[in-house]
Amino acid sequence: MEKAMGENWEPKIIAFLCNWCSYAGADLAGVSRYQYPPSIRIVRVPCSGRVSPNLILDALRSGADGVLVSGCHPGDCHYISGNLYARRRFALLERFLEFIGIEPGRVNFSWVSASEGEQFAEVVQEVTERVRKLGPAKKLVKEITICPR
Amino acid sequence: MDRPKGSVLVVGGGISGVQAALDLADSGFFVHLVEKSSAIGGSMSQLDKTFPTNDCSACILSPKLVEAGRHLNINLLTLSEVLDIQGGPGHMKVRIRKNPRYVDTEKCIACGTCAEKCPKKVPNEFDLGLGTRKAIYLRYPQAVPLKYAIDPEACIYLNKPGRCGFCKKVCPSGAINFDDRPEEMTLEVGSVILALGFRPYDPSALDFTGYKNFKNVVTSMEFERLLSPSGPCMGHMERPSDKSEPQRIAWLQCVGSRDINRACHGYCSSVCCMYAIKQAVIAKEHSKSGNLQSSIFFMDMRTHGKGFEAYYDRAREEGIRFKRARVHTVLPAKDDNLVLRYSNEAGELIDEEFDLVVLSVGLETDPEVIRLCHDLDIELDQDNFVATSPFSPVATSKPGIFVCGAISEPKDIPQSVMEASAAACGAGGMLHEARWTQTKKKEFPPERNVYSEPPRIGVFVCSCGINIASVVDVNEVTEYARKLPGVVFAQNNLFTCSQDTINQMAETIKKERLNRVVVASCTPRTHEPLFQETLREAGINKFLFEMANIRDQDSWVHQKWPEKATEKAKDLVRMAVAKVRGDEPLPYNHVPVTKKALVIGAGVAGMVSALSLAEQGFPVCLVERKEILGGHARKFYRTWHGRVMKEYLEELIKRVESNPNIDLELGTTIEDVSGSVGRFKTTLSNGKNVEHGVAIVAVGAESFKPRSGPWNYLYGKNPNVHTLLELDQRFIKDDEGLKGLKQAAFIHCVGSRVPERPYCSRVCCTHAIDQALKLKELNPDMDIFMLYRDIRTYGKREHLYQEAREKGIVFIRYDLEHLPEVWDDDGKIVIEVEDQIIGKRVRLHPELLVLASAVRPRDDVGELSKLFKCAMTEEGFLLEAHMKLRPVDFATDGVYLAGLCHYPKPVEETIAQAQAAASRAAMVLSRDSVPAESITAEVNPMKCTGCAVCTKVCAYHAVVMDGKTGKAVVDTGMCKGCGACVAACRSDAITLKNLGNEQIMAAVEAAMESW
Repeated sequence: MEKAMGENWEPKIIAFLCNWCSYAGADLAGVSRYQYPPSIRIVRVPCSGRVSPNLILDALRSGADGVLVSGCHPGDCHYISGNLYARRRFALLERFLEFIGIEPGRVNFSWVSASEGEQFAEVVQEVTERVRKLGPAKKLVKEITICPR
Repeated sequence: MDRPKGSVLVVGGGISGVQAALDLADSGFFVHLVEKSSAIGGSMSQLDKTFPTNDCSACILSPKLVEAGRHLNINLLTLSEVLDIQGGPGHMKVRIRKNPRYVDTEKCIACGTCAEKCPKKVPNEFDLGLGTRKAIYLRYPQAVPLKYAIDPEACIYLNKPGRCGFCKKVCPSGAINFDDRPEEMTLEVGSVILALGFRPYDPSALDFTGYKNFKNVVTSMEFERLLSPSGPCMGHMERPSDKSEPQRIAWLQCVGSRDINRACHGYCSSVCCMYAIKQAVIAKEHSKSGNLQSSIFFMDMRTHGKGFEAYYDRAREEGIRFKRARVHTVLPAKDDNLVLRYSNEAGELIDEEFDLVVLSVGLETDPEVIRLCHDLDIELDQDNFVATSPFSPVATSKPGIFVCGAISEPKDIPQSVMEASAAACGAGGMLHEARWTQTKKKEFPPERNVYSEPPRIGVFVCSCGINIASVVDVNEVTEYARKLPGVVFAQNNLFTCSQDTINQMAETIKKERLNRVVVASCTPRTHEPLFQETLREAGINKFLFEMANIRDQDSWVHQKWPEKATEKAKDLVRMAVAKVRGDEPLPYNHVPVTKKALVIGAGVAGMVSALSLAEQGFPVCLVERKEILGGHARKFYRTWHGRVMKEYLEELIKRVESNPNIDLELGTTIEDVSGSVGRFKTTLSNGKNVEHGVAIVAVGAESFKPRSGPWNYLYGKNPNVHTLLELDQRFIKDDEGLKGLKQAAFIHCVGSRVPERPYCSRVCCTHAIDQALKLKELNPDMDIFMLYRDIRTYGKREHLYQEAREKGIVFIRYDLEHLPEVWDDDGKIVIEVEDQIIGKRVRLHPELLVLASAVRPRDDVGELSKLFKCAMTEEGFLLEAHMKLRPVDFATDGVYLAGLCHYPKPVEETIAQAQAAASRAAMVLSRDSVPAESITAEVNPMKCTGCAVCTKVCAYHAVVMDGKTGKAVVDTGMCKGCGACVAACRSDAITLKNLGNEQIMAAVEAAMESW
């Protein structure tokens, strides 16, 4: 697809959601029929603590315009403390990303619980708008493939 | 006599009933779980957050409900009630009426089309009438079973056949059955557990509260729904009159509790202080303006549980106002506001305006439950709770019938969960000979070896009736899937989860020789286990499976963009196919179990745990550091119910000593522990080695002795100054000297709720008041003064406090700024304290001063916790796996805790926790092997540099460094598969099976391919 910012440009966002809270929150958004833009592709991981900087960078490298990592609220982690590791790792990664020239706002972190369907829809809305303003990500994409649609 | 029945009836599907059912079903008994409403979950499912961790209630509860709903050995009977129970222990006949649901649960797919079309709106009882629901409804979004039900009173068709019937017309799966009728059935069980909970007190009769007259006066349960994101205002916190966000909220405590005047409830409801603080804290978080003023009007702040006092302290720091006053009138003000009229401590009348008033209503027994207990001939106490004894806290007056949760006394969730396990121990223990006689076991064919085969992927795309198909072009998705690399079969189904499709899927797997399967339908959270089972039935490993969530996360959330939703569905299928291509068959890991328990500590907790297991036939090694059994209970005179401890203790010791299944190791401590659940090896200080499958830690605590420092109060200096247990010993010895005393005084909170020991010791208020009453028994003319901060006689203990006041015992409140002063005047004790009500200093000359001193953790608990890899609280008590729902488990599997080493608690709670620990331990001991996680971490030693970061991030201590090779090794028996170590590894040496970097990246890259 062409990496150009047109009128109806929709960003492509990869969301890493933990199985126990945020993925369940995304399901609840569906059950409650909260509508949000079709801009995200959800990857289910056991815990937000599983998400290494590697995965986030890989998503950007394969052409994602934005990344969302979402886990359980502090204290709610199914694996005791994984979300806190994720949070800490993210705090470091955020500075590193800025250092290598990735605009703040491309990579996002949030807490969404299993009962926060509406909040999940809001988070997707917010992240989509934030990334839309930044435009297509080009920093880490070496080759721009143009595939006819 | 015949062998008992191997099944148990659990009545009530709230958290305690569900926990009891799970414990029993996992330790070899078949369970019938009866619930009156259309879904299990009980009161806990209505809560927004839970104290003291602010956990989302639904998040922590749902997995348990789903587990109970799916359990092969739990027969869930919703919309059902018990009519009658006949027979005795081991052989009981239960008559049950199952009311019609009018919806076939086999067919209902919970799509909600029926409710959308249903024209009849009624108040939603789940939201306490604050919101509305349809006549056909789901009790709540996460309901288990996730099946709609028709309310026969509201349904138009059922009341006037021929009219309406829209739901039947629109239901895509033909699930509506208007001809459904009530059924009666008789079940044969061995024992019964009643877990019928409570109902919130209805304050309508208390006119001074303004409830029902003023819109902006709500009960705490209603407020809970107002806060909940799934409640009537989606968690936006709106007040009922005008949907505006309140800026000033007042909580009125003890509405329907501690009130013998109007509410006729003399007891304390135990939980209201904490939930009010929690609501105040959460409301502040919800407040958009950020200036919410929260005020709590209370009599005594009762934050007596683990972590509660710290929560209270934090709430005060966050600016929640705590006002010690009982509001006597709620008056209307302009703009639907409310004025509270109360007198402050100085006796002045104050009027204060609020936007919203929350009544912290107490807990009471539902009249239907009272009736059932009468019918079953189960004894109730003066407050209409089920009567129990302190020494058998979950047994009723009727043999074979047990209780747990708020049916026997108002209590919080952890206590209810603890009792649930204790009741399971009682109900299952008496049927132990019949273990595994009535349970079912699923058998699967041997699995085909697919290692050498190239991927042959089958994709099943679900229409979910019209739930997916109305938005996503499922045919296009199916055609697209067929062309993806590795895919050899693709098919569209109307309902992939229906039984006929499932059978057909199994056939297709065999016929097409599929070795990987993708189902594109709803969410794996509810349906993955079902499809994985289908794979096993078809003879392939269940981990060769992926789901693409094209309903909950696609068709339902992009209804306005069908084309984009179809594109997204294709992407999701492509991602799943990319992921499943790399999936490998994983082992169904099991760890063999050594059928023996190690119990550490032979106080009441340890002995009760050991006996509960030994009497079920499990060998126990009971280790005690002292040369005698009994622990602290030896120094304890009587329970607050007036039951003398010595008689119970002697009997208990006799039973322990004479039980052939118990090996006693006295004068012994633990030196070293290795292994994990099912296969621990422990070395004792006497050189013996014990192999055991589980361990229960019950090492107790100590009483704080203020020999020096600010809380000394002449302790150790004047012979007439005692701690509570020292006075108990004088009672035990029948000390004549106590009878002649003219004046006695007690100082509460000595070393508790102070900066160096910030927690409340829970037992001392009740213990001190009971002792004061005992002194009054010895000499009715004795003047007794209690110097207290808050009286925390929670639950039924409140009656003791009332009795003390009636008998003329004087209570003088002090606070940390106005501490009592105590000095020695030539051998005589003198106390001076400021009486805050009369505003003057009072001087006392007691001949006996009793210090209600703290219960403190033992100093050597730290060593033990390290050996078992268990965590501790800041205060030094042992920390359970989850404060709310796993109160007797440690995070380390197979290790449990009971008694004072967990937190200060009275005898009845210690016994319940000890029985609960035995129940949890029996879940392991009753099996030959325990399942372990299949998706586990794996170390590549070629890449591992031995930095040991993985060992530090693992919350389960499953990764250790191999002493010889210097490389990390994962214990698959302990690994939970969270992947924290994988993300932390600097050299990419650890991977998670089927969730390795390559596989996640394959999915990510697939997402980007054509998007």
